[in-house]
Amino acid sequence: MDIRRQFKEGLLTQNPVLVQVLGMCSTMAITTSFFNGLGMGVAVIIILTLSNVIISAIRKIIPDKIRIAMFIVVIAGFVTCVDLLIQAFLPDLANSLGVFIPLIVVNCIILGRAEAFCYKNGVAASFFDGIFQGIGYTLVLLVMCIIREFLGAGTFGGGLLNGGDGIQILPSQFPAGMLTMPVGGFLVLACLIATMQWALSKSKNKEESK
Amino acid sequence: MDQIFELLSITLGAILANNFIFSQFLGICPFLGVSKKVDTAVGMGIAVTFVMGLASAVCYVVNSLVLIPFELEYMQTVTFILVIASLVQFIEMFLQKSMPSLYTALGIYLPLITTNCAVLGVVLLNVQNNYNFIESVVYGITGGLGFLLAIVLFASIRERLVFADYPKAFEGFPIALVTAGLMALAFMGFSGLKVW
Repeated sequence: MDIRRQFKEGLLTQNPVLVQVLGMCSTMAITTSFFNGLGMGVAVIIILTLSNVIISAIRKIIPDKIRIAMFIVVIAGFVTCVDLLIQAFLPDLANSLGVFIPLIVVNCIILGRAEAFCYKNGVAASFFDGIFQGIGYTLVLLVMCIIREFLGAGTFGGGLLNGGDGIQILPSQFPAGMLTMPVGGFLVLACLIATMQWALSKSKNKEESK
Repeated sequence: MDQIFELLSITLGAILANNFIFSQFLGICPFLGVSKKVDTAVGMGIAVTFVMGLASAVCYVVNSLVLIPFELEYMQTVTFILVIASLVQFIEMFLQKSMPSLYTALGIYLPLITTNCAVLGVVLLNVQNNYNFIESVVYGITGGLGFLLAIVLFASIRERLVFADYPKAFEGFPIALVTAGLMALAFMGFSGLKVW
C-alpha cells in the first residue's frame, strides 16, 4: 500500500473529474456558489469513503453477477443517511443542492471506484482511496465554484461569507452572468480539463526527454 | 382543459426550456460517452426515453401505494434506484426473448441506463413537483425525448468535429464540452417560452 502514490493519483494524475471524467453532472450543476461546492464535496468525501470501506470489506462474499446491484444498495444507504442529515442540520444547503444530493447514488465516481478499486483491494487501501479521490473531486468543485462565481457574479464565498451574499470583488456591472448559467459550467470545465491535459502531456514529455 | 395546458407546458418545458442535458445537467455521462456516432446516439436516446417513461410510471405507483401509506418516504432514493435497476434488467431479458433485433441494436446501452442520473432524476423530480400519474409519465417520456434531441444534435456536430482545427490540449472531452456549452447557450433561448 502506497499512500503517497494514492494521494498524488487522487488529486492529480488520476483525478476523478479532470482525468477519469466521472461525475460530470454534479460537477457542472452545483458549482454556482462556494458554499454549494464545499457542501457537495464534503458529502461525496463521506459517502465515498464509507462505501469504499464497506464494499471492500464484503467483496469476498459478493457474488460476481449481482455485484453492481449490491454496490448500489450500499451506496444508496449511505446517501440516504447523508441526505437526511443535511436536511436536518443544513436546510439551506439542502434547498440549493436539491435533487443532486439523492443523485449522488448514481454519481459515477462512487460506483466507478467500487468497481475499479475496492473490489480488488483491501479495506485500508480503499479507505485512503476514498478520501483522496473525494478530496480530488472537492478541489475541482471548489476551483470551478471560485472561477464561475468570480467571473459570473463578481463575488467570492457566496452562501458562506458576508451573510450569504459573498464578498463583492468585481463591481456588479462587469461580471458576465452567463457563467453562472449552465453554459458556464460546460465552458469552465472544458478549460479545466484542457489545462490538465496540457499539463500532463508536458510532464510526460519532460520525463521522456530525460 | 387546464389539464391539457398543464401537460403541454410540461412537454415544452421538458423538451426545450428545461432540457435535461442543457439546463438541468442530468445524464451528462452517457451524453458525452455515447455520442461519437449518430446511430448509437439514436439507440441510446430511444432506450433512455423508454426507461424514463416506464420508470416514472412504476415509481409513481410504488411511491403512492407502498411508501406513502407506510410512511417510508425516507426510503425513496433506495427504493427508486432498486426499481430502476430491476426494471432495466427486466427490459433487457424481455427484449432478448421477444425482440432480439432491437436487443442487439441497444445492446450495451441498456445496462448503462441504470446509472444514468436522468432516470433517477426524473423520478425524484416527479415526487418533488407533486405530479400525478399522467403528469409523471408525460414528464418522463418528454424528458427522454429532450435527451434524445440533445444527444442526436450533439452527436451529429461531434462527427464533424473530426475535421475541425483546435488546440491539441482540447482534444477529446474538452472540445466536446465546449460544443455542448455552445448548444446550451442556444437552448437558453427557449427559456422565455410560455404556453399561454
